[in-house]
Amino acid sequence: MTAETTDVAEVGANTRKAGQYVYIAAVVLLCAWVIVPLYFLLINTLSSPEAVNSYPKPFIPEFDLGSLTFFANFAGILTALKNSILVAALTMVMSIAIGAPAGYALSRFEFRGKELFRLLILLTRAFPLPLLALPLAVMFIRVGIDDTIFGLALVHTTLAIPFAVLITFSLFSGIPIELEEAAWTLGCNRLTAFQKVILPLVLPGITASAIFAFVISWNEVFAAAVLTIENRTLTAFLLQNLDTSPLHLKFAGGFILVVPALIFIFAVRKYLFAMWGIANR
Amino acid sequence: MNPRLLPYVLILPVTLFLCLFFLYPFVLVAQQAFSDGSGFTLDNFRDVTSHWKFPISLKNTFLLALAVVPIQLALSLLMATMVNRMKRGRDLILYIWTIPLGISDLAAGIIWLAIFEQSGFLNSMMGGLGLIDSPTNFLSYQSPMMVFVAIMLAEVWRATAIMLVILVAGIGLIPKEYYEAGEVFGATAWQRFLKITLPMLRPSLQTALVLRVILAFEVFAVVQALGGTLFPVLMGETYEYQFTLLNAGAAAAIALIILGISIAFTLIIMRALRVPKGATI
Repeated sequence: MTAETTDVAEVGANTRKAGQYVYIAAVVLLCAWVIVPLYFLLINTLSSPEAVNSYPKPFIPEFDLGSLTFFANFAGILTALKNSILVAALTMVMSIAIGAPAGYALSRFEFRGKELFRLLILLTRAFPLPLLALPLAVMFIRVGIDDTIFGLALVHTTLAIPFAVLITFSLFSGIPIELEEAAWTLGCNRLTAFQKVILPLVLPGITASAIFAFVISWNEVFAAAVLTIENRTLTAFLLQNLDTSPLHLKFAGGFILVVPALIFIFAVRKYLFAMWGIANR
Repeated sequence: MNPRLLPYVLILPVTLFLCLFFLYPFVLVAQQAFSDGSGFTLDNFRDVTSHWKFPISLKNTFLLALAVVPIQLALSLLMATMVNRMKRGRDLILYIWTIPLGISDLAAGIIWLAIFEQSGFLNSMMGGLGLIDSPTNFLSYQSPMMVFVAIMLAEVWRATAIMLVILVAGIGLIPKEYYEAGEVFGATAWQRFLKITLPMLRPSLQTALVLRVILAFEVFAVVQALGGTLFPVLMGETYEYQFTLLNAGAAAAIALIILGISIAFTLIIMRALRVPKGATI
């Protein structure tokens, strides 16, 4: 009888242990699934153009800057890189400047039409927004901002604004209104109370959502390719040269696209889940 | 300032911006699609749908979505539950798993090109193991299945993270007491997942699926990087009409078709996973 129960306990412990191993193996495997392809891109980027086009491939990078030098010297690519950064920076500034006040209004006020406004914001999620670049291309020609950084930034801001509004909404909601009220009783008006009490508290979160807007614009391909011809962004440039450009240019370009994204996701990782969790309610 | 007007002043910029760059372009794109310069016409739609490539790209887009979305749903649910019971290293693992969130679809396509191209890492690996004598060209018209698999893997790799983030945030909102109660009544881990996690996760599942399915119908740059013209999809056709064929009316017509499909699927998902009133946490 006693022997039997210890047996059962032992079997239970064994299965639990086996389950633990399976669990750990699965976690490691899924990490490898994400990292290994990135590592392959790194090898290709840090190899000479000859090595990139040769077979079989080495599984360790040879730390040759040939591909990256080729990338940097390729006609027009540095301008494209500069355009990408400018468009993303403009998008970042515009989406926060326009979106944050609305986020504040949603978190602090009850007003008629609030539900309608929320619906408008949520509606943008149900549409493939890059497609709107097609009619906008025509409109931009009419207004005279076709093929400009500013025109493209307007479209990217449309992509980023719903996120900016919902994220700032959740940030402001996380700060008790009592803090603001206390500031009012101590002689602040709405504006100074906001500047002195609320702004310092939300600034890190606002920065995170600004970075998020930057990444949205940096990564966008379709609208960028449709709206820019002379002033192409890096994604548009790479896309339009996919058929003709050599492999090492593609890989170096892909790598340059990935690096800022990696840093940005690392910078906002603390906010990622809080932002999405509440922004999706 | 009048406090009753303040919220409206704060939401005015976003509302104006979205009217100008989100709602108005819809009118424009419809106008473009339904007119030929003189009046109402269905010619654009007739042109587009009668083209031999249209049924293929429609089929490809649907097949890809059908193959990718269920895998991503299962994978992100698995990853989210794994993260949820993680004690040590949770932040690091989550960072690694969410890396693809910041990576552009074009870069993802290029990353998987490094694996699948003729002198790429898959061939090098198989050659190194002695499985093949000479590298095969996976991404050619002779192996449409491999092209499909490569695009599918790249899509799963890239866009599972967006669902994961939403689901992790959603699981974090489920009160721990529910699980404790489940354990007290002897529910197994699997039963707890089916009876507590899944039903409570409904709102997050809804958002994750809507976002993901819309992205699936927008698939473009991954396909361009890996398959080029070998695997026509709807978004690629839109681009083709706009740029190579310079037929803005036809491009607008396909854009409207993609929009229609997206809206239809959004409604279906919202309806299928609707949250009963008053049942939110």
